[in-house]
Amino acid sequence: MISDAVVELSRWQFAVTSLYHFLFVPLTIGLSVLLAIMESTYVLTGREIYKDMTLFWGKLFGINFALGVTTGLTMEFQFGMNWSYFSHYVGDVFGAPLAIEGLMAFFMESTFVGLFFFGWDKLTKGQHLTITWLVALGSNLSALWILVANGWMQNPVGAEFNYETMRMEVTSFGALIFNPAAQVKFVHTVAAGYTTASAFVLGISAYYMLKGRDSAFSQRSYTIAAGFGLASVLAVIVLGDESGYTDGEVQKAKLAAIEAEWHTEEPPAAFTVIGIPDQEAMVTHHAIKIPWVLGLIGTRSIDTPIIGLTEILDNNRVHIRNGIKAYGLLQQLREGDRDEVLIAEFESVKKDLGYGLLLKQYTEKVVDATDEQIELAVKNSIPQVAPLFWTFRVMVACGFIMLIVFVIAVVASSIRKCRKDWILKLSLYTIPLPWIACETGWFVAEFGRQPWTIAEVLPTFLSASSLTEWDIILSLSGYIFLYTIFLLIEMYLMMKYIKQGPSSLHRRRYHFEIDERG
Amino acid sequence: MMIFDYETLRIIWWGFLGALIIGFAITGGFDLGVGVLLPFLGKTDEERRVILNSVGPTWEGNQVWFVMSGGALFAAWPTVYAVSFSSLYFALLLTLFAMFLRPLGFDYRSKLPKPLWRENWDRALFVGSFVPALVFGIAFGNLLKGIPFHFETDMRIVYFGSLRELLNPFSLLVGLISLSMFTMHGAVYLQIKTIGDINKRAVRSVMIFTILTLVLFALAGGWITTLDGYHITSEIFPNAASNPIAKFVKKEPGLWLDNYGHLPGLWAVPASAFMGGILTIVLSMFNRPGSAFIFSCITIASIILTAACSMFPFIIPSSISLNSSLTVWDSSSSLRTLNLLFWITVIFLPLIMIYTSWVYRVFRGKVTIEHIRKNNHTLY
Repeated sequence: MISDAVVELSRWQFAVTSLYHFLFVPLTIGLSVLLAIMESTYVLTGREIYKDMTLFWGKLFGINFALGVTTGLTMEFQFGMNWSYFSHYVGDVFGAPLAIEGLMAFFMESTFVGLFFFGWDKLTKGQHLTITWLVALGSNLSALWILVANGWMQNPVGAEFNYETMRMEVTSFGALIFNPAAQVKFVHTVAAGYTTASAFVLGISAYYMLKGRDSAFSQRSYTIAAGFGLASVLAVIVLGDESGYTDGEVQKAKLAAIEAEWHTEEPPAAFTVIGIPDQEAMVTHHAIKIPWVLGLIGTRSIDTPIIGLTEILDNNRVHIRNGIKAYGLLQQLREGDRDEVLIAEFESVKKDLGYGLLLKQYTEKVVDATDEQIELAVKNSIPQVAPLFWTFRVMVACGFIMLIVFVIAVVASSIRKCRKDWILKLSLYTIPLPWIACETGWFVAEFGRQPWTIAEVLPTFLSASSLTEWDIILSLSGYIFLYTIFLLIEMYLMMKYIKQGPSSLHRRRYHFEIDERG
Repeated sequence: MMIFDYETLRIIWWGFLGALIIGFAITGGFDLGVGVLLPFLGKTDEERRVILNSVGPTWEGNQVWFVMSGGALFAAWPTVYAVSFSSLYFALLLTLFAMFLRPLGFDYRSKLPKPLWRENWDRALFVGSFVPALVFGIAFGNLLKGIPFHFETDMRIVYFGSLRELLNPFSLLVGLISLSMFTMHGAVYLQIKTIGDINKRAVRSVMIFTILTLVLFALAGGWITTLDGYHITSEIFPNAASNPIAKFVKKEPGLWLDNYGHLPGLWAVPASAFMGGILTIVLSMFNRPGSAFIFSCITIASIILTAACSMFPFIIPSSISLNSSLTVWDSSSSLRTLNLLFWITVIFLPLIMIYTSWVYRVFRGKVTIEHIRKNNHTLY
């Protein structure tokens, strides 16, 4: 019997390690592109200052990149270590994009990043620029394949259960790669990375400008970050996540949970701006609603209803009953019965097998599940609403604040008169926002898929390895302890270099190295 | 496009996995060896920086071979990935925790001038290289012995071992082999990349660690004749769906030498480990480190292949539920996945090798103390 505590601890460990990893990844993705843009400007104009910009922001990139690599090691290995049933059950499908990521992207990024740092004197300008772009391409392609894998967890297309091997197997790679959930996620996430890097460069440049240091250097950095950031944050918001909502039952449950849409409303549904969701009573207290908006965003029409959670629960009850049947038939198949009628019958209900597996959390004998156990499974077949409701609003709020900041920053960077101190301070204090948005965004995507690891296919409860509680308590405390120390060291080093600014390059032409005349 | 049947693709993927592991052992291997040697061959801060920068621009790419082996295992051998990683939980955890120290050690060490900061990162780099080099071997030793796991209802993997069992004498011996072969390899690499004192110390290390590797390897070879090996006793269906509980397996001392009995030509593999080792020492002594490096690569590849040839077709034998053992014929991905990944690999693996060699070409030549002084602020 699987213990609830082991599953909970495994989930915590996955959340902690991924959220740590995701502190560094967006900056790597975005900064690699910004570096390539800066270096391109250097090669095109031949002006040394752009090379210095590439070198300086490249140093900060390196400090961040090291921790991205470190925490990334865990990611590749913990599926097998902590989620061994998941690995067995979906490795045939989920493993493929991860392997392709390695061959196509990670190798390229990591091999060339050494050349980026140490190859300046060994390569021609053009060669080095190509390398920088390849590093950027590598980190972006890397995101593509990871999100193909993650998109499949949200919307598992192009695969089918095989009773002989007791796992999911690929039926169409095309469907896997062109999974709409994956494509949308990719654009959304990569653009979020660009926004993160832009806010980072914008804020730090604003800090130098406030201090009146290295004005040529900081103004150019500020301008590039403002322009690139505005375009990126627009892409994040406009392309958004919304089209993902229309795929699959689970994405519908996620949408309904995010919006605390307890019952299907007369279309077009109203959008709940804020309120206090109450899952037991299935109402939102003190809700402030804007009519029509949710219907328009969620369905892009005025007459298609957005399915509410009550109706989703009713559907899930049917799926679960069907799933019990599928599980029963599977037992006969696993015992070696290969009767054609049996196989045909199983094939007709196997799409609900995952719902049958949901019962494993409440009983070993799925086929003999009592009505109470079924009702318990139904009740827990949707995610908890309140955490999703809030994190989603935090993410969106961060996005819109950043949009405003970048609009102001673009104005300030193009019109000298507008370059007021309060704008620079605003730019500086915006730095944490993209990280908050990225972390809450990850939470919404993953927590919103619960109780599944693979939507409608494999419950989270079953996915974990058969380890003991103490195994995971030990590993989890190890991760938290080490990662926290690493993060503190990284922040310390980052602050140190940010304070030194471009003088850390020792080019003898920056603040702290010369008497500046302002 | 499908040009191979399931059986052939399974053998090819067994080969690819081997190629990736060997790829890691000979590229990431010398990085680890260099890390192990760091405190012993580098007496001053500048000497240590020479040692670190000899692998500075390339360790990052080399490490991907390690990550890639994990990724390929996941995609092509999902059940193997699931069983080995969850069973060797603490071995892997220890490796990961130690390996964390490497990117940080390399990148952060020389970013501040304080001696205490640098000394601590040097220690971290040593631990980050020593522990993985040892644990890789321990993990392989456990594969050879068999892992105590079995499949429950719904194919859930249950592991019955403990950390103490992982650290059994035979596996520790294999651990020492991998530690000493990576150190040998790192020493040869340092002989290529350095001059003067460090170079002299490197030559001495090549000698010590090559001899140690060969002696330990011979010991393990003797031990394996009495160690329990595994053998499939039921009919084999190499094209059947991957179901690892549909066969019968027996366990007996000495069975790991079975394949060598059937195909005596295989003896060339362990023999080439010894030949390679001897040539490594000789060439290193005659100051031909480039050629010595080729032979230390051959030594490492042969040692790994020796284990692989003994075990084929087994990948992870189960020591408590023999019939649950994972083999080449019953633990791979589906035909469709193996085929797609085959094409991806055929395209990208040569490409990776080409650009990796180019990067090495760009950074060819010695790393010297003068070079470190000149680039004080940009180098590791």
